[in-house]
Amino acid sequence: MMNDISRRKFLSLTAAAPLAPLVAGPLAASVLENAAFGKSSTAPVAVTLSEKARQRIQQQHLPNIPLINHEGKQVLFYDDLIKNKAVTLNFFFTNCDEVCPLVTANLARVQKLLGNQVGRDIHMYSFTLKPEEDTVEAIRKYRQSYGAGPGWTFFTGKPADIETIRRAIGFSYPDPAVDKDKTQHIGNVRYGNEPLMLWSACPGMANAKWIAETFEWMVHPEQSRVQPS
Amino acid sequence: MYYNVFGEKISKRRFKEMCDAAKNRRELIAAGLTSRRDLVKMGLLTAGGMLVAKSGLSARAQSVTLSPNPNPTGPSIKTNQPPSSGSNTSPGTNQNCVPGNQLASPKTRPFIQPLPIIPIARTVPSLSPTPTEDPNLAAGEVRAAPHQAPQIDATRFPVVPGTLYQFTQKQFTTSFSPDLPNQVMWGFDDGTGTRSPGPTYKAFYGQPQLTRNINALPSITQSNNTGFGMASVTTHLHNAHNPSESDGNPCDFYPAGHFCDQYYPNVLAGFNSTNAPNGDINEALATLWYHDHRVDFTSQNTYKGLVGFYCLFNQLDTGDENTGFHLPSFPQFDIPLVFNDKVFDPNNGELVFDLFNLDGILGDKFLVNGVIQPFMVVSPRRYRFRLLDTGPSRFYEFFLTGNVGGTGSPTTNPFFLIGTDGNLIPVPVQVNSVRIGPAERVEVIIDFTNLAGQTLYLENRLNQLNGQGPVAVDSQLFPQNDPSNTECSVVLASNTPAVKPAGAGDLILQFQVTGPKVADHSLAPSKQKFYSLPSTTDTPRIVRTFKFDRLNGQWSVNGQFMDCNTFRFTVQQNSVERWLLTNLTGDWTHPVHIHLEEHQILSRNRSAPTVPADKGRKDVTQLHPNERVELFFRFRDWLGKYPIHCHNVVHEDHAMMALWHVEPTGDNVQVP
Repeated sequence: MMNDISRRKFLSLTAAAPLAPLVAGPLAASVLENAAFGKSSTAPVAVTLSEKARQRIQQQHLPNIPLINHEGKQVLFYDDLIKNKAVTLNFFFTNCDEVCPLVTANLARVQKLLGNQVGRDIHMYSFTLKPEEDTVEAIRKYRQSYGAGPGWTFFTGKPADIETIRRAIGFSYPDPAVDKDKTQHIGNVRYGNEPLMLWSACPGMANAKWIAETFEWMVHPEQSRVQPS
Repeated sequence: MYYNVFGEKISKRRFKEMCDAAKNRRELIAAGLTSRRDLVKMGLLTAGGMLVAKSGLSARAQSVTLSPNPNPTGPSIKTNQPPSSGSNTSPGTNQNCVPGNQLASPKTRPFIQPLPIIPIARTVPSLSPTPTEDPNLAAGEVRAAPHQAPQIDATRFPVVPGTLYQFTQKQFTTSFSPDLPNQVMWGFDDGTGTRSPGPTYKAFYGQPQLTRNINALPSITQSNNTGFGMASVTTHLHNAHNPSESDGNPCDFYPAGHFCDQYYPNVLAGFNSTNAPNGDINEALATLWYHDHRVDFTSQNTYKGLVGFYCLFNQLDTGDENTGFHLPSFPQFDIPLVFNDKVFDPNNGELVFDLFNLDGILGDKFLVNGVIQPFMVVSPRRYRFRLLDTGPSRFYEFFLTGNVGGTGSPTTNPFFLIGTDGNLIPVPVQVNSVRIGPAERVEVIIDFTNLAGQTLYLENRLNQLNGQGPVAVDSQLFPQNDPSNTECSVVLASNTPAVKPAGAGDLILQFQVTGPKVADHSLAPSKQKFYSLPSTTDTPRIVRTFKFDRLNGQWSVNGQFMDCNTFRFTVQQNSVERWLLTNLTGDWTHPVHIHLEEHQILSRNRSAPTVPADKGRKDVTQLHPNERVELFFRFRDWLGKYPIHCHNVVHEDHAMMALWHVEPTGDNVQVP
C-alpha cells in the first residue's frame, strides 16, 4: 500500500493537517483556538469543572460519528448511543474464530444475567472491526446466532469511522504491527456511565457473573460490596 | 502563550501543529499505514518505535522554525531528547516521556515551592460509637468479618486498642503549582484538615491501633464528578502483616456514608506461629503506605489523591538518632517522599486522567508530596529519605545529580541504599542510583555533610515512553512464540533499559544545602548493620506458578481474570510456599504485589538476584519482560482473603489480579 504513494507525497499530506478530524464534536475547534491556560477565556458563561470534564471526555473519546445498526438504521455514536446512558462497548467481526466467539457468547450470558436491565438501564453495543465485510445483514444474522436480546445492538459503518471509535475508546496496542492484526484485537469490554463519568473496562472473557456485577455498579455505584472473608 | 513539552514558549502555529501531530499519528495508523516495517522503510518510524520528528507527525518534534535538535549524537530516539539541562533555563522540565501524543501540560516553574512535609497523623481519644468486634452494621460499618486479633489474644489486642484514629475521606481543593489553577482532589482528614498525601501514621510495634475509615466523599452525581474517580472506596495498608478484614481488599468497597474500622495489630510476622509470641524481629517492617484499592478504579482513585504513608517503628528503628540503629531522627531528618506523575489540560491547567487507557498512564509533571518539582533546604548532615512511587505506571531510576547548569558536566553523587519496600536490608550498600517501580519503596541515606552550599537534585534518568515499562527486549523472543519451548523458559535479550546521561533526565526534587549546621547523632551507614534475612531454606508445601500475560489486550494471570466472586487457590495457614512468577508479555514490565506476607526473591531466570534492591525483603517484585522469578513465602498467623496483582494500577484495574485465601487446610492447585 505504501509503495503506491511516494514518501514525499505522504509527508506533505500528513504534515499539513489531520487526514480526518479525530474529534467531531462541536467544541473541538473552539478548544484548540482557545487561549492557553493563564489567559482569560472568552467564554461568556462559567462552565463548571464537572461540565468541562464531561466535554473533555466526549471530545477525546466519544466522537459523534455515524454508524448503522443491525436493523439498518443510522445513528450517531455520541448523541444516540452514549449520551446520558450507561453503556458497554466492545468489538467483534463475524468471521472471527478466536476471541470474538468467546466474548460474544460470554456477553450473551451476561445479558441473561442482567435480564430486563439491558435496554432499560444498560445499553450493550458491539461494533464490527471489519465493516468492509460485515454488512447489516451479516451483523444481524451474527447477532441472532448468539441469541442477543433487546437492548444489545450491533453496528457496522464506514471503516474509517469504526477505526476512529476504536482508537478513541483506547482499544489499540502501542505496537502498530500488533495493532493492525485483527486476530489480536482488544477483547475487553469498555463500560461506562456517561453522565456520571464513570468509565472502566473488563476482559470480555472474564466470568459472566462478575461482568454482570461490574456493569450493575456503574448504574448503582452507591452500594457497598463487602462480603465475608 | 503556548508551550511545548519541554516548557519552552512556542508559537500558536506550532501549538496547532502539535495538536495536529497527535491526530496524525492516529490517522496514520487508521489509514492502514500500520506495518512497522513499512513505516521504518518510509523513514517515518525509528527502530525504537518512535515516529521520526517530522513536523506534524510527532507531537514532540520541533517546528522547522525552531532551532535544530541540540543533541544530534543521541540514540535512535534522539528526536525526543530534550535540550540538555546545561542549556535549559528551566532545569527539571525535561519531559521526555509524554505518552502517546498527548499534549504537554502547561508550563510550570520548577523549584519555587518548598517540599511539603507531610504531618504526622493525629490520634483521637475515643470513637463514637465505640468500635466493636463484629461489624457494627447498624451504625453504617461495613467489614468483611469480626476482628481476628482480639480472638487470638483479647488482652494484647483489645477490641478498642489504646491508639485510635479517625480518617475521613473527603474532597478538597489544593494547589500543585502557582502556575496551575487549584485542583479538586480527594484526601484524608485526621481531624486537622483534608490533605493528600494523607497524614503519615507514626506507628510502633507492640502498640495495636484502629482506624475508623469514613467515606465522606461527595455522592456520585454528575455535578460532583470532576472527570474521574469512583467515590466508593476500600483502603489497603500496603505491606502490613494484617488480618484480611482490615487489609482493604479490593472487593470490599463501600460508598459515602459508611465506614470500616480497620484494626492494625502492629505485630511481627510469626507472632502466632513460627516465632511466638513476639514474632521474628528479622521480619520488621518500616515504610508502609495506604491507598485506595477499589477494584477497577484504583488507578483513578489513587491519582485523585487517596494515598499516604505509614511508618512503623520498633526498639531498634526508633525514629530517634540517639538510640537503636541511630538512624536520622523522624520526622526532622527522616523524610517520607511520595512521587507521582500527572498530566494537566494544556488549555485550562486542570488535572486530567485518561479514562480510556488500557496500557498504563504516564504524566509529564512530577510531584513530590503533592507539589510539582519542589525544593528542600537541608542542613549539611545525614538524612533518611523514604521514597514511594505511587504510579500509576511510571518507573524511576533516581540519581543524586549535582553541578546542573554549572561549568563542566553534571555530577553523579553516591548515596546509601538502606531499605527495599520499606524494610531495612542487612547492610547498607553504597549506590549511584536506585530503581523503583509503582508501589515499591526504597530507603536511602544521603549525607550532605560535605556538600554544604551546593544545589543537588533527585533526578530520574530512566527512559520510559509508555505504560509498557522501561525495558525493551526483542519481541522475537516471546516464549509463547516458540512451540518447542515447552517449559516456557525465557530467553533474555537486552534487558537494559536506556538510562539518560547525568542532567538529561527529569530533575524532580531540588536539595539546597543551605540549612544551618546542626548536630548529627546518626551513625554512618558504612558502619550500620540492620536485620538478618529470614531463612529461605525450608521445604515448600507447594510450588505454584503464575503466568502474567496479555490475551487480546486482556491482562491475565494464568489465562484468567479478576473476579471478586472466585478464589483461585487456598494457602495453608502457617505454611511455606514457593511461587514462580512468569512474564509472558515480551515487552511489558509488571510490578507484582502480593498481600499479607513479604517474600524474598530466590532467583531471576534461575540466577540469584544481583541488584541490591532485589536482595532484601519485598512486597512488590518487578517482573521484567520474559522473566521467570522465584519467590519464597511463609504465610502466617492470619486467615482470610487476599489478592496477588500487577501494581501498574492500570493493568490491575483491567483484571490482572487474582484472589486467594488462607485457611487451616490448603489446596494443591499448582497453576491457580
